[in-house]
Amino acid sequence: MSASAGARGLPPADVVVEAALRAAGGADCAVIVEEASEAEVRFANNTTTTNGVRRSRRVTVISFWEVDGGVAAGVARRSGDVDPVDLVRAAEADAAGSPAAEDAAPLVGGSADGDFGDPPGSTDLSVLEGVLGELGGAFGRAEQADRVLAGFAEHAVSTLYLGSSTGLRQRHTQPTGALHLVARSTDGTRSAWAGAGTPDFADVTVDEMEERLARRLGWAGRRIDLEAGRYEVLLPPEAVADLMVDLVESASLQDAEDGRSVFSKPSGATKVGEELSPMPFELRSDPYEAPLGCAPFLAVGASGPDVSVFDNGLALERTAWISGGRLNRLRSHRAGAERSGVPVAPPIDNLVLELPGAAGSLDDLVARTGRGLLLTCLWYIREVDPTTLLLTGLTRDGVYVVEDGEVTGAANNFRFNESPVDLLARASEAGATRRALGREFGEWVNRTAMPPLRIPDFNMSSVSQAS
Amino acid sequence: MVSPPVDPLDPEALEAVRNAALIEAQRLGATHAEVRVERIRSQMVRLRDGALETAADDEEVGVGLRVVHEGSIGFAATAAAGPDAAAALAGLAVGAARASALARRSPIELADEPGHGRVEWSSGHRIDPVTVPLADKVDLLESWSRRLLNAAGIDHVDVSVLAVTEDKHYADLAGTVANQRRVRVHPQVEAFALDPGGGGFESMRTVAPPVGRGWEYLHGEGWDWESELDRVPELLAAKLAAPSVEPGPYDLVVDPTNLWLTIHESIGHATELDRAMGYEAAYAGTSFATFDKLGTLHYGSPVMHVTGDRTAEHGLATVAIDDEGVEAQSFDLVREGVLTGYQLDRSIAAVAGLGRSNGCAFADSPLHVPIQRMANVSLQPASGDGPSTDELIAGVDRGIYIVGDKSWSIDMQRYNFQFTGQRFFRIEHGRLAGQLRDVAYQATTTDFWGAMEAVGGRSTYLLAGAFNCGKGQPGQVAPVSHGCPSALVRGVNVLNARAEAGR
Repeated sequence: MSASAGARGLPPADVVVEAALRAAGGADCAVIVEEASEAEVRFANNTTTTNGVRRSRRVTVISFWEVDGGVAAGVARRSGDVDPVDLVRAAEADAAGSPAAEDAAPLVGGSADGDFGDPPGSTDLSVLEGVLGELGGAFGRAEQADRVLAGFAEHAVSTLYLGSSTGLRQRHTQPTGALHLVARSTDGTRSAWAGAGTPDFADVTVDEMEERLARRLGWAGRRIDLEAGRYEVLLPPEAVADLMVDLVESASLQDAEDGRSVFSKPSGATKVGEELSPMPFELRSDPYEAPLGCAPFLAVGASGPDVSVFDNGLALERTAWISGGRLNRLRSHRAGAERSGVPVAPPIDNLVLELPGAAGSLDDLVARTGRGLLLTCLWYIREVDPTTLLLTGLTRDGVYVVEDGEVTGAANNFRFNESPVDLLARASEAGATRRALGREFGEWVNRTAMPPLRIPDFNMSSVSQAS
Repeated sequence: MVSPPVDPLDPEALEAVRNAALIEAQRLGATHAEVRVERIRSQMVRLRDGALETAADDEEVGVGLRVVHEGSIGFAATAAAGPDAAAALAGLAVGAARASALARRSPIELADEPGHGRVEWSSGHRIDPVTVPLADKVDLLESWSRRLLNAAGIDHVDVSVLAVTEDKHYADLAGTVANQRRVRVHPQVEAFALDPGGGGFESMRTVAPPVGRGWEYLHGEGWDWESELDRVPELLAAKLAAPSVEPGPYDLVVDPTNLWLTIHESIGHATELDRAMGYEAAYAGTSFATFDKLGTLHYGSPVMHVTGDRTAEHGLATVAIDDEGVEAQSFDLVREGVLTGYQLDRSIAAVAGLGRSNGCAFADSPLHVPIQRMANVSLQPASGDGPSTDELIAGVDRGIYIVGDKSWSIDMQRYNFQFTGQRFFRIEHGRLAGQLRDVAYQATTTDFWGAMEAVGGRSTYLLAGAFNCGKGQPGQVAPVSHGCPSALVRGVNVLNARAEAGR
C-alpha cells in the first residue's frame, strides 16, 4: 500500500492553509488542517471481523471579525477536497452575524516551523501485521483451552497544520495506537481484559497479553460471591486513568467560578490552593512528557467554556492540575484567566498522576494486602452529581479477591458510586506510575500514566450479575 | 494553485465514483461490494448565560467502500471524493480483507437481500436547519436564555442546539442505488440555581426530545416550547427547596421522558444480536439475553410489548434502506414479556441462520464501516384508551414520579442499571406531593421489567431518543429514537445520591 493512495487528488495541506489565508486578504484568520491516516482490525469469537483503512482531511477556518462591542469569531469546517475561498467566506459570514465573543483575545503571534511544508505522516495495516500474525496462533490456542478472544488493534498517524494571519505556521505529527484483548471462558462465566496504548506497536504483543489473561482466567476458577458494601480496593493504573480523566474534564475554571462544579466555593471563589489529598499527588499534563509527548501548541476548532479559538497557536507547557496534593490549576482560556487573574491553562493531550517517591507495582500492593479486592478496569462511568463529582460505573472483566497477599479467587462484578476527588483524599497508598490505558476514556485520551492506588473503603453500591 | 473541487453529491460525480469503486472491486474479485458517498453537515450552537459560546459549522464528506473478498471483510475510506480515489479504495479494501484473512478462522457471509433499484427518500422536515442563518439561530436561543435569566431564582442558563443534515448516496453490486436525506435537531435548555446556603446547586433541563425534524421544531412544530420554558423557573425553585429522598424501595411511575433511556440501555442494546453472540465483547459488551433464550426468556411482565423499527415518522433511526442495502422494516423484540426477536445486520443474520436481516446496519460516517446499530426500539402503549399518567399515579400509595433523563449507566451484560432524572415527585396516596432531590434508581433489567404492572395509553406515548448512542471500535455514534408510554413499576430500589457520595 502506498502512503499517499488514499489521499490521492488532494492538494498539499500547507498549500490549503496559504490559500485560505490569502482568501482572508489580511484579515485576522486562523486555519487548521488535520490530516489523519488510520488502520484498524477488530476480532471476536476467535476470528477477525471488521477492519478499516482510511485517509481523511478536515480543514477548519476561523475568521475574526470586528462587530459592535468587540470581535466575533466564525468557524467553518469541512472535510475532503475543500475550496479554501468558499470556506473562508462561510467563516466570515458566521463571524459577521455573531455577537462579540466573550473569549476574545489578541491572536497568538509566531513564526514558521521549518517542517511546515512537509507532507503528513501515514500508516497502514502493515503496522498491525505482527499483531495479526500473533492472533492467528492465539485463536488456535484459545480454542484448545476453551477460551474465546475478542479485541481491537488500531493505529493512527495524525498531522496537524496550523497557520494564522499573524505569520504563525506550526505542524505536529502524532502517532497513536491501542491494543485491546478480552479473553472469556467459552461458557461466558469468566472474563479478563488487557489493554495498552502504544505509538508504534513495538512495545506490545498479543502473546504477552494472552499469558496475562490466561493467568487471570485461572484465578477466576474459584468464585467467591460478595455482597455490596465498602471494600478495601486496589485500583490498577488503568482504572485510575479513567477516574483522573473524568476529574480533569470537570476541572473547568468557569464552571467553578459560576458555582457549578465540585471545585466551586461560595460567591464565585474556587478551591484552587486547597488540599485535595493528604498525600502530595501531582496530576499533570506536559507536551514534552516522554514517552507520552503530544502537540506542544494549541489547536482549537470550536470555543467552549474553557477553550477558545482565539488561543490557537498558544504554546503548551507543563501544567500541574494538582500539585503537592493541592488543587493548582483549573482549565481556562486566556480571556477567562485574565478576567480571574490566574495563569492560562489550556487542555493538553496527555495526563499523568504521580506520587513523588512512590515505588512498587500493582503486584507489590497485592503482596501487602490482608484482605481486599483487585480490580481490572472500570466501565460505563457517568456523572451522577456534579456538586460532588459523584460518578457511577461498574467493575468489568475481573474482580479478584486478595487474601494475605495473594489472589485467592474472583468475585462478582459491582456497581460503584464514588467521586474521584474523594478517592484521592482517601487513598492510603500509591505505587509507581506507569503508562496505562483507561478502558473507557482511553479511546479519547490515549496518553495516560498512572499509579496503582489502594482505597481502604471503596463504595460498591450493588452487585452486577455481569460476567 | 488550488482548483475548485467538484461537488461530491453532484449526480454525474456520484455515478463516476460509484462505478469506479464497484467495478474495480468486482474486477479484484469481491463477491459483495457497497459504496457510500456522504455529506454530513452539522452545526453546534451553544450559549452560556445568553452569550454565544460555541458556533461551529461542520461538513464531513467522504467515500467508504466495503467488500467481501474470499470470505473476509475489507473496508477502506477516503475524504478525497474523485473517481480515481474511489477506484483506489477497491485495492485498499481488498488489501484490508487479505490482511484480516491472516487471522480469520471462519468465513464471513452476508444474508441475502434483493436489489431494490433506485430509491429516493427523505426524512420528514420542512426547514433544512443548515439553511437557517446563524444570526437567526443565535437570536432565538438568546431570547430563550434571556427569558430564563430574567426569571427569579435562576443564576445560570445553558442553551444549545445541534442540527444535522445527512445526505447519503448508497450503491451495491446487487443493483440498489439509494439517495437518502436525514435531518435532525436537538435543542436543549438547562437552568441552574445556586443553593443560597452555599451548599451546591440544582439544575433543570428541558425534556423536549431530539427528533428527526427540521428547524420548524424550534418554532413549536412537534413540541410546545413556550409552555415548557414557562415552567422551568418554578420547577427549578421547587427542586432546590425539596427534601432529599429517603432511600429504599418505591413504586415508580416513569414518564416517557425518562423511560426511553431505560429502554435504550436495558432492551435496545441487550437485543442486538451481535452483542448477544459476543461480537462486541471487547467494547460495548455482551448481553444477558443470549441467543439460546430466544422465545423463552421472560424479559418482563405480560404488559411488555417492545418493537424495533426503522420506519417511525420523525424517528432518528428511520431510513428507507440501511447501509447494507436492506429495506427498512418493523419487527417484534419482546411480546407479552417474552424475548421474541433481535436486531440484525446481514452477517449476524447469516451466522444465526435467521434468514433476512431486519435492516439494522449503519455507519456514522462515510469513513467508518457499517456495523449492527440500533433501530428505533419502542415500548408499545396499552391498547384502547389505556390509562393516563394521572391514572397510573392514582394507583400508587407511596412512590415517585420520575420525569426527564439525566445520568445513566449499565453493565457490560445489561443486567445492572442506575438512572437519575430531571425531576422527582413524591407520590402519596395516589397524588403528587412535591418534589424530591438526589434520587437515583437502581435495578436488574429483568426484575425491573418484570415489576412493570401497567403501561399508559396512547395519550401518554412520546417518541424520545438521543443523538449520541456509542458502539463499536473505532467508536461510532448514532442517533436513535425510542417511543414509549408512561409506566408503573412496583418496588424499585431508590438510592440517595448524596448519601452514596458519603455526604
